[in-house]
Amino acid sequence: MQVVFEQIINGLTIGSFYALIALGYSMVYGVLKLINFAHGDFFTLGSYLGYTLLVFGSAFITTHFGLWGGMVAAMLMAALCLAFIGVLVERAAYRPIYPAGRLPAVVSALGASIVLQNAIMVIWGPRYQAYPAKLIPNIHLNIWGINITVLQIVILVLSFVLMGILYYIIQKTVFGAAIRATALDKDTASLMGINFNKVIFFIFTLGPALGAMTGVMVGMYYRQISFTMGWNYGLKAFTATILGGIGNLPGAMFGGLILGVLEMLGAAYISAAWKDVFVFMILILVLIFRPNGLFGEKIAEKV
Amino acid sequence: MERVKKGFFGSQQGLLFVIVGLFVIYPFLVSNYYIDVVFFFGIYALLGLSLNIVLGEVGLFDLGHAGFYAIGAYTTAILNTKLGIPILLLLPVSAIAAGLFAYIVCSPIIHLRGDYLCIVTIGMGEIVRLALINNPFDLTGGPNGVYGIDFPSFGGPFVVDSSIEYYFLIWVIVVLSIIGLIRLQRSRIGRAWNCIREDEVAAGASGIDVRYYKLLAFVIGAALAGVAGNIYASKLMAVSPESFSFWESCMLFCIVLIGGMGSIPGILIGAAFISLFPEIFRPFAMYRMLIFGLVMILMMMFRPGGVWPRKRGGAEFVSLLSRKRKKDA
Amino acid sequence: MPKGDLHITPTTVLETHGLTKIFGGLTAVNNFDATINKGEIFSLIGPNGAGKTTVFNVVTGIYKPEAGNVIFQGKDITGRKPHQIVSSGIARTFQNIRLFQNMTCLENIMAGQHCRAKAGVWSSIFSFSSQKKEERRIHEISESRIEQVGLERFRDELAKNIPYGSQRMLEIARALATEPALLVLDEPSSGLNAGETEVLMEFLKELIEKENLTILLIEHDMNVVMGISDKVAVMDEGKKIAEGNPDEIYNNPRVIEAYLGTEEEA
Repeated sequence: MQVVFEQIINGLTIGSFYALIALGYSMVYGVLKLINFAHGDFFTLGSYLGYTLLVFGSAFITTHFGLWGGMVAAMLMAALCLAFIGVLVERAAYRPIYPAGRLPAVVSALGASIVLQNAIMVIWGPRYQAYPAKLIPNIHLNIWGINITVLQIVILVLSFVLMGILYYIIQKTVFGAAIRATALDKDTASLMGINFNKVIFFIFTLGPALGAMTGVMVGMYYRQISFTMGWNYGLKAFTATILGGIGNLPGAMFGGLILGVLEMLGAAYISAAWKDVFVFMILILVLIFRPNGLFGEKIAEKV
Repeated sequence: MERVKKGFFGSQQGLLFVIVGLFVIYPFLVSNYYIDVVFFFGIYALLGLSLNIVLGEVGLFDLGHAGFYAIGAYTTAILNTKLGIPILLLLPVSAIAAGLFAYIVCSPIIHLRGDYLCIVTIGMGEIVRLALINNPFDLTGGPNGVYGIDFPSFGGPFVVDSSIEYYFLIWVIVVLSIIGLIRLQRSRIGRAWNCIREDEVAAGASGIDVRYYKLLAFVIGAALAGVAGNIYASKLMAVSPESFSFWESCMLFCIVLIGGMGSIPGILIGAAFISLFPEIFRPFAMYRMLIFGLVMILMMMFRPGGVWPRKRGGAEFVSLLSRKRKKDA
Repeated sequence: MPKGDLHITPTTVLETHGLTKIFGGLTAVNNFDATINKGEIFSLIGPNGAGKTTVFNVVTGIYKPEAGNVIFQGKDITGRKPHQIVSSGIARTFQNIRLFQNMTCLENIMAGQHCRAKAGVWSSIFSFSSQKKEERRIHEISESRIEQVGLERFRDELAKNIPYGSQRMLEIARALATEPALLVLDEPSSGLNAGETEVLMEFLKELIEKENLTILLIEHDMNVVMGISDKVAVMDEGKKIAEGNPDEIYNNPRVIEAYLGTEEEA
């Protein structure tokens, strides 16, 4: 029984990674109908930036911030950098393509992804890098017979806090309403006075920033990072986005969490090798029976 | 005599003649390595044409096409190495296997709207690849794949086992496919496909069975990809799952978009770009792919409709092959 | 002027019985009955949101009704798919024109001929003579239709590039290319100026006389409704509130009330 809980906690941990990355996808996708393939690479870049900060600043960090502070500092710094890079990529690779339609945008996004991935490889090298072990807190706990690390708890708490903040912003603030309105109907939203450029700026800073923070957390959790890891995470996160329903941000969050839990349970009870197949099968089945995603999307077509 | 010659080489037919001529002479002038490069250009051309049916003609967002390619390749690999069935016979078998797979797998999901269909095709492609890696029933050889695949043989001394012979094999198949695809484009089937791409609801309201034609596109596209898989498998003599990744599907997608959706000459150019670019830019070593990505972005910025977009209503690419002449307005 | 007296033996082309369509909490169409006879021009009018287009969408197979059925030429076609209904002989146009934008005008019309041809994949790839013959027939019929609507100069022009009024006529030509028995037109005069509307009215009357068609239309332009209809039905909030010939409807107080007297004539 304890093992089940452990798997669920593992699932929630990885699920929250998927959820946070999925949020970035979902925002861009909802507003622009663009699959931002580069988003996975924002995540990767954040992870590498965090790595660099921790490696080169390790002495400084441990003396001034302590281990946990180091993690938070890495997250914040990565977030800041990626917020900037996100806007840059949007201006350079996406904005000129909008008038051409959705499909050229996909190619451009793939191109951007290739550029980012290879830039990371050129800068940091093609081999795996690893977050320095001595900077990662390694405290194990055993609560009611369930093995769990403090790191996991912190990550879960941080992730849920971030998700909560984002949920609040999207659902309860004017900014969020602007994003949701633009996602539903771009033209009417701008006619109502919503500044499209501000919305774009917002989603391309917040999304990549979230992705970057997730990257640092992944680096601390798994330690090993590679320049291609964005691909796999991105794919799963995009799956979560669709699973939750297009343009449905809370749906993307839940989609990510559910995906993570399913993956872990699948790995534990079916087979580790087939876990991804299991996850994709579930996705396909869900879409066959609920073509608009688990939580439904929010558009309708008038004939 | 002089004037007729100039006119001939100045026209589209003339250009075509020159290009075909170049293709025929090329392998006799270069080493095996460079013959193989253009062989793979041919494979990508065939794959691009196969995806074009689904993506270019019908507008279906297929990002899992490498899965059909894989089914064709592995069908050939497994049936040849385990049962000794000759490669040439396995060509139609692989096509049918891939087509059947597409039919079974796409039937329940063909009604899904564009974006959802996209993620399902991605999922399908991944499922195929992962299944191949996991070596079910010890058939697929796991991550190492299947090796020891034969050469295609037409009987007796007519075996395809050299670079130059493979070169001609793939390009003959590409040419035959192009002829068939042009005929389809100009038929009611091609028109139905394009109508579905433009407006599904209007297509249905004009009497087109949307579901049937979407499925048909997938099946034909898959079958053609299966053919490519067969030739690829026997050329490499081995297949492994890495060749059929999501990345591969993305590259095929780019071929169609960069070349021009629904445009056969465009697809050939797109295939050339995807397959030849990494070769030409080899000297740039690790910056090669970086440049590749940049070029992709720039292409979409300046030619979003593709390098050679499809032209409608006027003279199409190869009027040589069609007896029908357009009525003068 | 209505020409109902010209028809001696009315044959019923389309009947709906108790047609009901519900979207979530909204009953868009409530128990709609109608009978349309051969050679008639039947107009469906009513304020915006009354459910007229929804009736069309049910009749042409885009929606399945919650209750009721649609009988066309004696056969129950309720719930059939749109392309099957077209094959049976009903063709439609849309309120906000749905042409195949990036295809030529001729190709748009040829699309209509799709269901009247049979050539499959193999006969197309290998250019069987049967397929070639069919293609010639499709071309001939499409060419004659494009001439009929006066758009032959736009033959090779992309549909998105031709003027609005021509686009409306093109959509009708495409519908006619399906060789229908019943033509269902959703606000065909919408966006047309007075001259174009006149041309349209004459055109529709000719269709009835020369091609044995029956026409069902939704209209807001009262000139059109009064000018060519044999019968008019009025909907409001999903229900049919009146039916009769144009004069009866024009003076019906309930109808006037439903519109609140605000309908603007072209």
